[in-house]
Amino acid sequence: MSNILVYALHYEGQINKNSLGAVSEGARLAAELGGEAHALLVGDQAGEELAGPLGAYGAKKALIASGPEGLAQPVVDAMAKAITDGGYKYALFGGGLLGFEIGAGLAARLGAGVVMEVTGVRVQEGKLIAQRPILGDSAISEIEFRSPVGIVIGRLNAFEAKESGAGAAAVQRIDYELSAHAQQATMVKRGEQRGADVDIEGADIIVAGGRGLGKPEGFQLCEDLAAAFGGNAAVAATRAVVDAGWYPYAAQIGQTGKTVSPKLYLAAGISGAIQHKVGMQSSENIIAINKDSNAPIFEFCDLGIVGDLNKIVPKLTEAVKARRGA
Amino acid sequence: MKICVLVKEVPDAAVEKRIDPATGRMDRSGEKNLNPYDTHAIEAAMQIREGGTPVEEIVAVTMGPESAERTLHKAVSLGADRSVHICDDALAGSDVAATGYALAQVLRGESPDLVLLGQQSDDGECYTIGAVVAEHLRMPSLTQVIKMDVESDALRCERQAEYGYDTVAVKLPAVISVGDAINEPRYPSLKAIMGAKKKPLQRLSAAEAGIDLAKVGGESSGAHWIAVMPPPQKPPGEIIEDEDTNETVEKILAWLEQRKLI
Ligand SMILES: Cc1cc2nc3c(=O)[nH]c(=O)nc-3n(C[C@H](O)[C@H](O)[C@H](O)COP(=O)(O)OP(=O)(O)OC[C@H]3O[C@@H](n4cnc5c(N)ncnc54)[C@H](O)[C@@H]3O)c2cc1C
Ligand SMILES: Nc1ncnc2c1ncn2[C@@H]1O[C@H](COP(=O)(O)O)[C@@H](O)[C@H]1O
Repeated sequence: MSNILVYALHYEGQINKNSLGAVSEGARLAAELGGEAHALLVGDQAGEELAGPLGAYGAKKALIASGPEGLAQPVVDAMAKAITDGGYKYALFGGGLLGFEIGAGLAARLGAGVVMEVTGVRVQEGKLIAQRPILGDSAISEIEFRSPVGIVIGRLNAFEAKESGAGAAAVQRIDYELSAHAQQATMVKRGEQRGADVDIEGADIIVAGGRGLGKPEGFQLCEDLAAAFGGNAAVAATRAVVDAGWYPYAAQIGQTGKTVSPKLYLAAGISGAIQHKVGMQSSENIIAINKDSNAPIFEFCDLGIVGDLNKIVPKLTEAVKARRGA
Repeated sequence: MKICVLVKEVPDAAVEKRIDPATGRMDRSGEKNLNPYDTHAIEAAMQIREGGTPVEEIVAVTMGPESAERTLHKAVSLGADRSVHICDDALAGSDVAATGYALAQVLRGESPDLVLLGQQSDDGECYTIGAVVAEHLRMPSLTQVIKMDVESDALRCERQAEYGYDTVAVKLPAVISVGDAINEPRYPSLKAIMGAKKKPLQRLSAAEAGIDLAKVGGESSGAHWIAVMPPPQKPPGEIIEDEDTNETVEKILAWLEQRKLI
């Protein structure tokens, strides 16, 4: 029997959407392996009402461990204890920053093999095989585990959250010891929203800007174009420019930002890094304007314009305005 | 304070990266360079030193083939005082966990107050070596840090995580991976480039570095490559080279209209 332990990240009373996906995927795989998927939650805010409903996504059991939230190493302690005591064969994480840190720390602690950015998992001869895109998604490698425990860290949005209709998970509190080094980091402030609170998730058309805009004022080009489209159009950004303070965090698309799938996604001055792509690749139509013909975004856009956005975007704005006015 | 910076040699961005179909490992022939993300880690070390915190030593550490020596010269030209090169055929094919273990063994010998890394390697893209190294060294750790202030025996770090920006206080010694937004790396001066080869460079075999050979190399790695396949095919998009911008814009508009997007 092979059981799978899934980490369930939560914040402000809600389980992370990618963790729900990981629980669903864990349940599917465990069923194939003839075992069970269990979830583990860490935090003083985690209780029965948060953990129990994970049963609907396929978790037979939900383990709750108290501890500081938002930091990886306490979770490594809790998961290592749960895996050692519970004899789990695999640990599974949805996409996200903490999942990467916890999964890697756990691999070191348990001497386990770890695969990250996993987009698919299959069962072969009673074992999990993980699929990981490599080299800018130009190939997919298949990885098997030769260690007693295997650790799978999913790519953002790789696993779909599916309610299987089952009842509540059996909730069980577990004890573990917080290691000395896990106590050396303390959260001072969590989840700070930098910049204005803009809403991009409902937009049909998104004009997104990246470092190629050159300066914070460059976003005016995106805003003008979005305004020209009128109606339900919004402006979004990459992490590079959000970290630089050019645009609000609430408008960030990608691994540590929002996931969107508008009718049209127009990317100006965006290279198309994997962490950005995962947040917008399911958009219905993708247009990219980039002066570098080798930019990764040209590998997955529907219409690619190789050229200078400073020349193209203003004229496009005028043309869209004219067409809509006509 | 003593700072160790982990640096890696990666294929130059201009080189098409590919996998050797026989071994599933990266084809490492062709031009190589210092991983651009690691220049931010070196710069962060330099800014701590220049910011007034006494830094006795900045040591660049790499694990890699013979050619990786050039990467260490580059790291030294950007500010490191000396460098350590773990070079051993037995290490080839190590996965992230094994690489992190090997690097931790070397770092243990150096006993730094702070270990800095880049946010990702341009070729491996695992984002995780820092967390592995920290666990072996039993040190606190954070990745993707974009602001870092030294406050006596601790660091105040900021980074973007799932729900916004987090501020975390981390006691030293610690392992920190820095994001590329943390600073703008300097260019090395000509003098620094010329002098780099004269700075101490220590080359260690795995055994000399205290690495248990049973825990490294392709065969000992827990995650084992079995196959490589092409990704699902998506029809390629249409590409327009912008020559006459008016014409380009007309084409975009026609494309939008055809799809009823305007
Ligand atoms: C753990 C982790 C999480 C991350 N999370 C996210 C996330 O949530 N969202 C996200 O976006 N990124 C995220 N990233 C960062 C991501 O890897 C990239 O660094 C980032 O997306 C790059 O942003 P960019 O495209 O704006 O900048 P760059 O990669 O610098 O690209 C700028 C592009 O602009 C083009 N350009 C320049 N000038 C012009 C011009 N005049 N006209 C046309 N084109 C021009 C250039 O050719 C280039 O391709 C994350 C990274 C990590 C490691
Ligand atoms: N072989 C290596 N030698 C030294 N440092 C490394 C090595 N591999 C990775 N690193 C460091 O770990 C960081 C993250 O790499 P990765 O986890 O492969 O994305 C890099 O930016 C380097 O600082």
